[in-house]
This record gives sequence, structure tokens and C-alpha cells, in this order.
Amino acid sequence: MADQTSQGAHTAEGDKAYWSANVRIILISLVIWALVSFGFGILLRPLLSGIAVGGTDLGFWFAQQGSIIVFLALIFFYAWRMNKLDKEFGVEEE
Amino acid sequence: MDQFTINLLFVGASFALYIGIAVWARAGSTSEFYAAGRGVHPVTNGMATAADWMSAASFISMAGLIAFTGYDNSTFLMGWTGGYVLLALLLAPYLRKFGKFTVSEFIGDRFYSPTARLVAVISLLVASLTYVIGQMTGVGVAFGRFLEVSNTAGLLIGACVVFAYAVFGGMKGVTYTQVAQYVVLIMAYTIPAVFISLQLTGNPIPGLGLFGTDVESGVPLLQKLDQIVAELGFNEYTAHHGDTFNMVLFTLSLMIGTAGLPHVIMRFFTVPRVADARWSAGWALVFIALLYLTAPAVGAMARLNITEQFWPNGTEGQAVSVETIETDPAYDWMATWQQTGLLGWEDKNGDGRIQYYNDASPEMQERAEAEGWAGNELTNFNRDILVLANPEIANLPSWVIGLVAAGGLAAALSTAAGLLLAISSAVSHDLMKGQLTPDISEKGELLSARIAMAVAIAVATYLGLNPPGFAAQTVALAFGLAAASIFPALMMGIFTKVNNKGAVAGMLSGLIVTLIYIFLHKGWFFIPDTNSFTDADPLLGTIKSTSFGAVGAMVNFAVAFTVSKMTTPIPAEIEELVESVRVPRGAGAAAADH
Repeated sequence: MADQTSQGAHTAEGDKAYWSANVRIILISLVIWALVSFGFGILLRPLLSGIAVGGTDLGFWFAQQGSIIVFLALIFFYAWRMNKLDKEFGVEEE
Repeated sequence: MDQFTINLLFVGASFALYIGIAVWARAGSTSEFYAAGRGVHPVTNGMATAADWMSAASFISMAGLIAFTGYDNSTFLMGWTGGYVLLALLLAPYLRKFGKFTVSEFIGDRFYSPTARLVAVISLLVASLTYVIGQMTGVGVAFGRFLEVSNTAGLLIGACVVFAYAVFGGMKGVTYTQVAQYVVLIMAYTIPAVFISLQLTGNPIPGLGLFGTDVESGVPLLQKLDQIVAELGFNEYTAHHGDTFNMVLFTLSLMIGTAGLPHVIMRFFTVPRVADARWSAGWALVFIALLYLTAPAVGAMARLNITEQFWPNGTEGQAVSVETIETDPAYDWMATWQQTGLLGWEDKNGDGRIQYYNDASPEMQERAEAEGWAGNELTNFNRDILVLANPEIANLPSWVIGLVAAGGLAAALSTAAGLLLAISSAVSHDLMKGQLTPDISEKGELLSARIAMAVAIAVATYLGLNPPGFAAQTVALAFGLAAASIFPALMMGIFTKVNNKGAVAGMLSGLIVTLIYIFLHKGWFFIPDTNSFTDADPLLGTIKSTSFGAVGAMVNFAVAFTVSKMTTPIPAEIEELVESVRVPRGAGAAAADH
């Protein structure tokens, strides 16, 4: 808390910019999250039916495995990106 | 050495390991009891979270559900992993920054309202208790089967083991015990799958073998499976048959429920820093994905193996004879599982053969008439036995069967322990210290936590003996309730300026509307025959009661925003709290306060 008072208004504004950058990254990630699971895995599966994967189609693969792999990638991307963002805005932990 | 002795050996050795670790890591202070002094590494924490998360439902039940339904039950795979994205992005780092011990503590402070905290505690207790009842039922069935004792005896033995390490170990004991349990359960799940994948596809990685080529016929495995099941009148394995809207809602409910279950969220309080909380969710999903990427392969390959066992001469040829089932060692598993009452067959037409087919299919009825069949003769195949029976069906070595026994028990017990911890902290920390007796001593708090655990085990064991329904129904209720009550409150607490009245109204309406919808379909308080609707013909469109959690969550959000708009905005100090939760800086100091 001590460093907040010493830097004053500058920090409050920086915090705001940091937060909107964070929200933007979250929104992009969630669009991908929904696209691979509800999209490719369920609703858009008929569109992907032409792409064959091991005896079935790409939509089946996304529903059973692909979405899980993308989920993993998303979480690690977010952790990496946010830990970098923390440093850019100087809000990381001591 | 016979199979019973081998099972006993594997189960006994794994339990000795868990209890040994629990005794070694006995908790001292209150802080250690709840959050292990925040000294847990993200990878360790991820592994423990994975063990905590993957219960009897994931280990024992899920692959069986996929095997007999195919593509439509991909909902479980996406739903139970996709929730971790929500956790990692929307909850974990902020709750860690907040720096307290429990979920309801955050809700109480953020919404500056003891009522909000109380509603959160009640939601958590209801969700956790129903979940743990399902686990204890699973513990009873698994113990009963592998130790060859009655269901009741199995349940009582299991309850004693859970009691031993959850009550005396606290979170730290549970964390390291769960790491050991994770190792046991993942080996138990993947080793038989590797064997079977090698047999069928020649690929040692089951997840890849699923999309590989069947060695015997030279066609892709899934194509062969589609063909064989279709020839017997069943739905094609990879095709979509159910209602799409309900499928989306069910997946969403499981995802939101995952991010709202207290025993999973609590894990993220136990890492040293906010940055670690972000990584922790990822590591948890890595360890969960090892099982979840294997599960669809286990399901598809088991379905193929079972179908071929019943049609050794192909689907156009003669079915397996009763004599073969009774004398061929490859069919020993059928006699073993028949004893449990979960598998049954009957030679209805007296031709000395067991015809397994879909007798509701018109084409099959034609063939049945031509060949003189009198209906499907595999009269009972409980889906929950598939994973446990799988190594026996594939004729794998005895030690693999023993390992699967130990793994199934590890899955059920670890989740039961995690849930019991969530229950005990809700009672002692939130209810006793937070509401009823604020000046309780640390010793008194610890004692009440342990009493709460013992009482919860007793209640869960009792209800496990007389379960209110199938384990899967109980688990569905737990997910729906967590999705409808806790997740929206947490998310609004971090991302919006919703006030106290909005949060309380939102949580209550989400919780109540979901409870009522479930009771209307499953019976009031699960009393049989008190339901007005069934999931086959639900009240609202195609929405089954298991999918209603997502609707409940939307009701929660809508009510909370409306009420909040109409009442006094949040005070300045809460505005500051929200701002501070959003930035990682100063997280260490917040934790040291306690």
C-alpha cells in the first residue's frame, strides 16, 4: 500500500489502463474458448464435416480432444501474457 | 496368487502410502490447516488439484458414458475441462490477490454483507455435501467389488480412510496425499489404455490410437466402430443424435459449475503468488488432460472390444454361445461382474447364444424375426462398470486389474477428502468464526473444523448407504447449484460494481430457481415419484434438469444487475477493494495480515 500513496494519481491511471488491457486479453481468449468448444465441437460441426480426421471429421476431434488442447494453450498463453503485462505496467508482486 | 489377493495388495499398498503421507504432514496452525502456509509449488498444486477434481465420475463413469453414447457425450470432455479456462482467466488470480482463505469470505467482504456470506456458505454446503454423497456411493461400490465385501462394508471402510487423512491432515496432508493419489490414478487409467491401444491400433498413445487404423481390418478405428454398431441397429458412434440446444447448455453448465465448486477454487488460495495462481490453473489442466485425452479412446476401444466379444464371427455371423461365456477364460469377466448385479444376460430364445443388438431398431426387428431372436439378450450393462471391467475384458495381466482397483479408489477418495475440507472450512471459518462466535480461539476453530468434517463424513456415509438417487444425478445437482449461485457472484464481485443487495438477490434467485427445476424433474428432495416432469419430456423446451445450471446462472446475473441498478451504489472503500483485487501488486502483504 505504501508505494501506492507515493506514486499518487499516476498509479491509479496506470491501474486503469492495465485493467482494460487485461479485459481485452480475456475477451479475445474467451472468444477462442467458445469457438473451439461450442463452435467447432457442436454448432459449426456440420461446416467442418468435409475435413476428414482418422475415420471421422474435424468437428468430432474438436469435441473429444481438440478443444481440450486449445484450452490448455489458452491458459498458458494468458499466464505468460499477464505476467508480462504486470511488468509492463509495474504492478507485479515484490 | 489369485486376483483378490492382488487387488488387496495394490489397494492396501496405495492406502498405506496416503495415510503415511498424511501423518507425516500433520497440520499445526489454522493457517496451515486451510492453506498449507501458502508454500505449495504451482506444479505440485496443479497435480493435487487434478486429483481433487477427477472423482469417481471422471475415472469410473465418464468413459462408459462416452462408450455407449458416442459423440453426444463429448459434453463431459469439453465441460469438465473448459471450466478451467474460466477459472484461470476470471477467478483464480483475483481471489489469490484478495488473500483470504475461503470463497465465502471473499463474497462477504466484497459485498460488505454478512447475509451475502451466509447465502454463499449455504450454497457451498449444499453443493459440496451433495457432491460428497455421490463420491461416498462410488467409494462403496468400488470397495465392495474389489475387496469382495458388501456395499455397506465397503462404504464403512472407505469412510474410515477418508476420515483418517482428511481430519488429521488438513490441507497440507491432503495436498501431498493427493499428489500421490494423482500418480496412482493416472497410471491406473493410462496403462490399461496403452495395452488396449497397442492391441487394436499398434499405437502406444491411446489418444492417437483413437484416430488411428484398426490393425485387424486395415480401416480407421472409428469408421469400423461406426459400421459395427450401426449393423446392430445402434446409433453411429461419431454422429450427432441428441438435441443440440440441450447439448450446448449442458456443456456450459458443467463449465460454469467447475469454476464455481469451492474445493477447486480453494486450491488457488494455496499458491505463493498471483503469478503462480495463473500458472496453477494451467498445470491442473495439464494433469487433468492426461486423463481426459485418454478417456475418449478408452470409451471407443472398449465399445469395440465388447461388441466383438459378443459377435466373434462378425455382426453377420453367429453370436457368442452361452457355453463359450461359461467356459472360455476370455469371458471370465462376465461371471465376475454378474455377481455385482451390474451385468446381466439371458438366453431368451433358448438357442444357446447371446444376441446383443438394439431391439428397438426396425431393421433389427426384421432380422430378429428372420433369425428367430427374441430381443436383446445382453439385458443389463451398467455404464459405470466399463472402466473397471475394461482390463478384464481385454484380458490384461492381473497386476493391471489390481492397479485399476487402486486407481478407482484413489479418484473417489481424493475428491471426497477435498470436499470435506471445503465443508469443514465453511462451517468453522465462515459460519462459526465469521457469524456465530467471532471471538472463537484458533484452537476452537481448528476443533470445530474437525468436528464439522467428522459430522459431514457421517452424514455422507449414511446417505451413501441410502442414496437419494444415482451418483450421477447427485453430482449433476452439485454442478447446477455451484454454477447458479457461486460463479456469478464471484465474477460480478471482480468485474463489476454490483452492490450487496444485488449479489444476495442474484445468488438466492439462481440457487432457488435451479433447485426447484431439479426437484420438479428428479422429485422433491429426491423422494421417488414426487416429480412432475421427466428429463425425457422436460418442463422448458428441451432443457434437461442436468443442464439447468447455466440457466440458473443467467437468472443470477440478470437479477443481480437489476436489483443493483435500483439500490444504493457500493461505498468508496469497496470500490477501493475491487480496484486492489484487480492488480497483483501487494499480494504478499495481504496474505500476511492473517
